[in-house]
Amino acid sequence: MSLYTGIFKRDLHIAFKQKAELVQPLMFLLMVVTLFPLGVSPAPETLQRIGPGVIWIAAILSSLLAMERLFRDDFNDGALEQYMLSGMALPAISAVKVAVHWLVSFVPLLVLSPLLAMFLNLTYDMYIALMLTLLLGSPLLSLVGAIAVGLTVGLQKGGVLLALLLIPVFIPLLIFATSAVDSAALQLPYQSQLAIIAAMLLLAAALAPFAIAYSLRVSQN
Amino acid sequence: MLEACSVTCSKRDRVLFENLSLGVKAGDLLYLRGPNGAGKTSLLRILTGLSVPDTGSVKFAGQDIKAYPSEYYQQLLYLGHKSGTNGSLSALDNLQFWLAQHGVQNNQDRLYEVLAKVGLVGLEDVPVRFLSAGQQRRVALARLWLKRAQVWILDEPFTALDVKGVAMLENAMKVHVESGGVVITTSHQMLSNEAGEHRVFDLEYRF
Amino acid sequence: MWKWLHPYAKTERAYQLCITLQPWFWAGALLCLTVGTVWGLAFAPQDYQQGDSFRIIYIHVPSAILSMGTYVAMAIAALVGMVWQWRTAYMSMIAMAPIGAVMTFIALFTGAAWGKPMWGAWWVWDARLTSELILLFLYMGVIALYGAFEDKQQAGKAAGVMALVGVVNIPIIHYSVEWWNTLHQGATISKFDNPSIAPEMLWPLLINLLGFALFIGAVTTVRLRNEIVLRELHRPWVQALAKQHVEGKR
Repeated sequence: MSLYTGIFKRDLHIAFKQKAELVQPLMFLLMVVTLFPLGVSPAPETLQRIGPGVIWIAAILSSLLAMERLFRDDFNDGALEQYMLSGMALPAISAVKVAVHWLVSFVPLLVLSPLLAMFLNLTYDMYIALMLTLLLGSPLLSLVGAIAVGLTVGLQKGGVLLALLLIPVFIPLLIFATSAVDSAALQLPYQSQLAIIAAMLLLAAALAPFAIAYSLRVSQN
Repeated sequence: MLEACSVTCSKRDRVLFENLSLGVKAGDLLYLRGPNGAGKTSLLRILTGLSVPDTGSVKFAGQDIKAYPSEYYQQLLYLGHKSGTNGSLSALDNLQFWLAQHGVQNNQDRLYEVLAKVGLVGLEDVPVRFLSAGQQRRVALARLWLKRAQVWILDEPFTALDVKGVAMLENAMKVHVESGGVVITTSHQMLSNEAGEHRVFDLEYRF
Repeated sequence: MWKWLHPYAKTERAYQLCITLQPWFWAGALLCLTVGTVWGLAFAPQDYQQGDSFRIIYIHVPSAILSMGTYVAMAIAALVGMVWQWRTAYMSMIAMAPIGAVMTFIALFTGAAWGKPMWGAWWVWDARLTSELILLFLYMGVIALYGAFEDKQQAGKAAGVMALVGVVNIPIIHYSVEWWNTLHQGATISKFDNPSIAPEMLWPLLINLLGFALFIGAVTTVRLRNEIVLRELHRPWVQALAKQHVEGKR
């Protein structure tokens, strides 16, 4: 167990040394959200109507940008090779790294979210629903995204290819999350949407680490 | 102790070597030689288990490393082309984390001692990316003295080292082999007498 | 049980299999597609609701079914490649991918064309069309990932992982898009629902389904042959084959 807390501490340590890389996806998120009142309409009713979708789409896009750093440095400097030769289980290592990545990207999002809700005129109920969907959905983004990150880590081009691979896969999450927030706007219950997202999360939590480990081995070859 | 049984490797649909068998026993220093592109790095990576060969298997102490990886990895030390250190952490931090992952008890004094031995006195706390290429190589080499492992697989370990560094490394290899360990290494320079007795294995460039 | 399949792990045997199957696939495809399409477009009875424009289903439905089917076949090939490490499995996977994508495109195009006379719009965000569009994205992702790698064996493994992730997601995407559609469109009946289909309409549909499947098989065997030759260029049997071809031409 202490072996894995070692990786946890190391990744956290490195993340805090690279603060700029952590802040940039958040700035991106904020800017994308700002584009909508400017590009569509600043009318409060319109913003409330499109708000949930806008925030979730922006969250997906900014997490795609942030995900690239997940294995990149460790792959390039050979630390990943040393992990694979340490005798520790690669799925477990991957799960820990994804967990650190999620903490480091999600907690700032939590802090930023009231601002986003205010920008898009979301009601309090909608905000709560939004937080719950983000809480359940963002680990799902990180887990499934890490599979594709593991495959593309060795390629010199990453960026857009990662988005092309992952956006279709994230569409169900987008549908259920925005539906939950929309239901909250109408004072309707949204437990079923949350339950479905939670189910997808559990499935990903069970299977993704093994897929991520396999992806990393493919990249090492 | 370690053997490759009939391994075939192809990269980008070009066969580098086919049905190659190789074995080393305790006390062997194997010097892998060959021109650029012959497949030396690929062979070493197959021996470590990082790359999967198209056919064949690698056995440590008679057991397939795929079946019993942890026994092998406890006794393996691999230094590849990449340093294995993170640039934003210091040499000390890097090695501490590495030792923790590989299950080696670590103790600060020993770390300082070894870093001094490899010639990095005063540079232990500096982020590794500020060190020169040769100094970064020395941080990677420090592992040789920190983990007790029977098998050393070193891919071009002399890169960027100065004359003293080369001598130090060759001496370390000799000592390791004399105490019953195994070293498989590759390099573009000939191994000098400092390294002691060694076997040569030539890989040819296939067309 | 699958022992008979094992020889085809060798590229040479797989190549021979492609040569044998090819003429049958082409002949069968030509026959079925001609019969099915002509029957459907000219001779099948008119739909009492939609008139003649419904005839597009003879192209649309088979291509939609097969677009999904080819993706599943790709995923199976990827699984075989991963578990048994067959090169030919990965080669088959990438041989199928573009034709599957083309089938998806045909389904989208004919689906949209069907919509125009009925609903006056070239594109509606209908559940089926949206699912097909997402399927097209999944295909493009797999093809793009394969193309990004220099080492094609590695490319096969990577694209295989994405194909499997995609296949697991297809049912999830399908149901979530259907559900999304009911949320936003209320009680409108999907124009693609054909509750009961008369036998005179069914036969041309099935024949076309078979025809398209054989067509996909034909194109796949051609692509697989090419892929094998390209990748195994250095092998003696390929060199001998090339020599035969050159000498045969003289």
